[in-house]
Amino acid sequence: MMKVTLAFAAALGAAAIATPAMAQPQEQFIPALVYRTGPYAPNGIPFADGVADYWTLLNERDGGINGVKITFEECETGYATDKGVECYERLKSKGPTGASYFSPLSTGITFALTEKVPGDKIPLLTMGYGRSESRNGAVFPWNFIAVGSYWTAADVAIQHIAHELGGMDKLKGKKISLVYHDSPYGKEPIPALEARAAKNGFTFKAIPVTHPGVEQKSQWLAIRQDRPDYVLLWGWGVMNSTAIKEAAAVGYPREKMIGVWWSGAEPDVTPAGDQSKGYKALMLQHGAGKFKVHADLDKFVVGKGKSAAKDDYAQVLYNRGILNSMIGTEAIRTAMKKFGNKPMTGEQIRWGFENLDLTAARIKELGFEGMLQPLKFSCQDHQGADEARAQQWDGKEWKVISGYYKADLSILDPMVKDLSAKYATEKKITPRDCSKES
Amino acid sequence: MLYRETGQFKTSYAADMAIFPIRQDRIAFWILLAVAFIAVPVLDAYQLWPLRGEYLIRAILIPFLILALAAIGLNILTGYCGQLSLGSGAFMAVGAYSAYKFATGVHIPLDILTISIPPLPVLPSILLGGLMSAVVGILFGVPSLRIKGLYLAVATLAAQFFFDWLFIRVPWFTNYTPSGSVTAPELNFFGFYANKPIEKYLVCLIFVTLFALMAKNLTRGNIGRQWMAIRDMDIAAELMGIRPLYAKLSAFAVSSFMIGVAGALWAFIYLGSWEPLAFNIDRSFQLLFMVIIGGLGSILGSFMGAAFILVLPIMLDQVPHALGMPLSVETMSLTVFVVIGALICWLLIVEPHGFARLWSTGKEKLRLWPYPY
Repeated sequence: MMKVTLAFAAALGAAAIATPAMAQPQEQFIPALVYRTGPYAPNGIPFADGVADYWTLLNERDGGINGVKITFEECETGYATDKGVECYERLKSKGPTGASYFSPLSTGITFALTEKVPGDKIPLLTMGYGRSESRNGAVFPWNFIAVGSYWTAADVAIQHIAHELGGMDKLKGKKISLVYHDSPYGKEPIPALEARAAKNGFTFKAIPVTHPGVEQKSQWLAIRQDRPDYVLLWGWGVMNSTAIKEAAAVGYPREKMIGVWWSGAEPDVTPAGDQSKGYKALMLQHGAGKFKVHADLDKFVVGKGKSAAKDDYAQVLYNRGILNSMIGTEAIRTAMKKFGNKPMTGEQIRWGFENLDLTAARIKELGFEGMLQPLKFSCQDHQGADEARAQQWDGKEWKVISGYYKADLSILDPMVKDLSAKYATEKKITPRDCSKES
Repeated sequence: MLYRETGQFKTSYAADMAIFPIRQDRIAFWILLAVAFIAVPVLDAYQLWPLRGEYLIRAILIPFLILALAAIGLNILTGYCGQLSLGSGAFMAVGAYSAYKFATGVHIPLDILTISIPPLPVLPSILLGGLMSAVVGILFGVPSLRIKGLYLAVATLAAQFFFDWLFIRVPWFTNYTPSGSVTAPELNFFGFYANKPIEKYLVCLIFVTLFALMAKNLTRGNIGRQWMAIRDMDIAAELMGIRPLYAKLSAFAVSSFMIGVAGALWAFIYLGSWEPLAFNIDRSFQLLFMVIIGGLGSILGSFMGAAFILVLPIMLDQVPHALGMPLSVETMSLTVFVVIGALICWLLIVEPHGFARLWSTGKEKLRLWPYPY
């Protein structure tokens, strides 16, 4: 017993001594808030695997970002907001320059961290989720809602329905219902859909499903009664596959269901088996499958046995994870162009985000051609892109079924402006004057 | 030996009725207060171990204090008055959302008259939030006059579900934000802005100290005796002339007032921005476990329970990493579940009355140290 205690004490001592010695100045620390347990784990795991694998790839292939090695650490949030805040506090000052950026993958945690990042000067990368009005960089200087917001998704989903019906004017008199996760995540698209309903003359109905979403019998019975022309699905985790099963149970055609891009991955459709055939979902520009970057991943990460992924390799959410890491590390690279090839601080990386310009050529060079359209942030625009496509599950894999739709900014821009102005008055923020910043 | 009270004679009624009749306890209490009020800010100001960085204050101490306050509140109801409650999360939510409404201005347009209250400062908002929670607590305490035990737990569970539903469904409570998530106003305590973590910590600490002392004094006095009489045997208490209506509802009021204030602090100070999910049924269970593990009917136990349930998992989570053997996060979080579960079972077998009882047994032994019997 004594020996065990002594060994334990020695280990503790060694760890205490070893920690400062391990800290090297030429390291860029990036934290990862993940959930590999809990009701949202089926979707949380592939995303986290992709995120980690891309950082490993940069380390293995290029020795980091411009020679600065990436170190990263995961913290399990279980999708709970208070746990996410704890993880944020734990990881924010690690590494020689503190956390590079946070990517919480949860709308609830995003809302809580939005209040904290301005004080700590750490950017918040919320790719395809989070506060839709945080697109306005003048009011939300630290949030980067890259690639698309829920309002973009809502608008694109309506456009795709109109495309299937044969024109925007065909929407008139149609019934569209939204089955949503009853949380800030699920509620975000409602204002955009209401604006569309007012403009295009369809009846819109929002049907909430409580967290975590396994109980939705009554909602689908209501849908069977109501017979909407289309059902939009805004779910996450077990809620998505449950929705598909319930739709099958009440005989609602899966072809008339369109999920948001967080409802359009393999873990959402495979549990429902054949019942998912025909189900459609939006894409956050990219889909599943291998692209050029996967050749490098095969060689440097999977080949060397360093991949975190198991059977989710090159699936939708895994690919979204590598895309997420790519945008983050490219922002760091952009910052290094101005500040030099050394570890960047959160403030410098924020500059990097705002000046990030992913041109088609650069995307091709990175091996992401076909996964992402050109993306450019600015002081005013923290979203950078408004395009999305639709895909359909054929029982075995996702098939792209549409071209790129561009969200109608004439509807969305005033909403962004209104809500961010409201936030600014509530929090007594003076918006930055973007015309004066270079 | 360490706790031998030889020479400590009580010569007045005041000395006999003191909160801490034993000198060693008094000294320990003052040292604890000095550490909390003086040592922590000083260590923080000079960034000394273990307060280097903000992690310990922002992620451990602040949530610990707030949840300890909520645990004290629940302990008054469950530990002292014997009324089992599963609605603590709802009372926290009521505190948080009412404080939010008071801090951003209340506007109720009615047909006969329009009620308009301008935005109030943060401190009155938090206290009014607690008050609203007390009112709600009394309402949901009414069934306790007819039913007890597990049946009452189910009745308070109704409060949990009702308020979860209410705050999600009624946009008035969230000032019509499209996402249903609200952000706390800035923490302006009459011109003093609590922005830095240490200031937020001190605000929480002042609340917790005041409420803990208040709770301790309440439970030592007339009303506390009534609660305990009701808890031990309500019929006997009634025969002695204690009015169950008054005793039970006052316990509900005081308890939910404290829980409401804790909810407001949790929302305003710890989270900053929240949604109803922050106060769901898991929070109620968490608080109930704190009270049971810490010790029913003990203020000290509430703090110990909060530390066990909140802080221990976070610490356990970081042990392998600190030892230089990084396990994957999923293995780690599952291990933490297993370890905490096993510890709870072990503790409840060894000492069903919780940490507070363990501590008082320890004190007994220290009186006769080194040869306890």
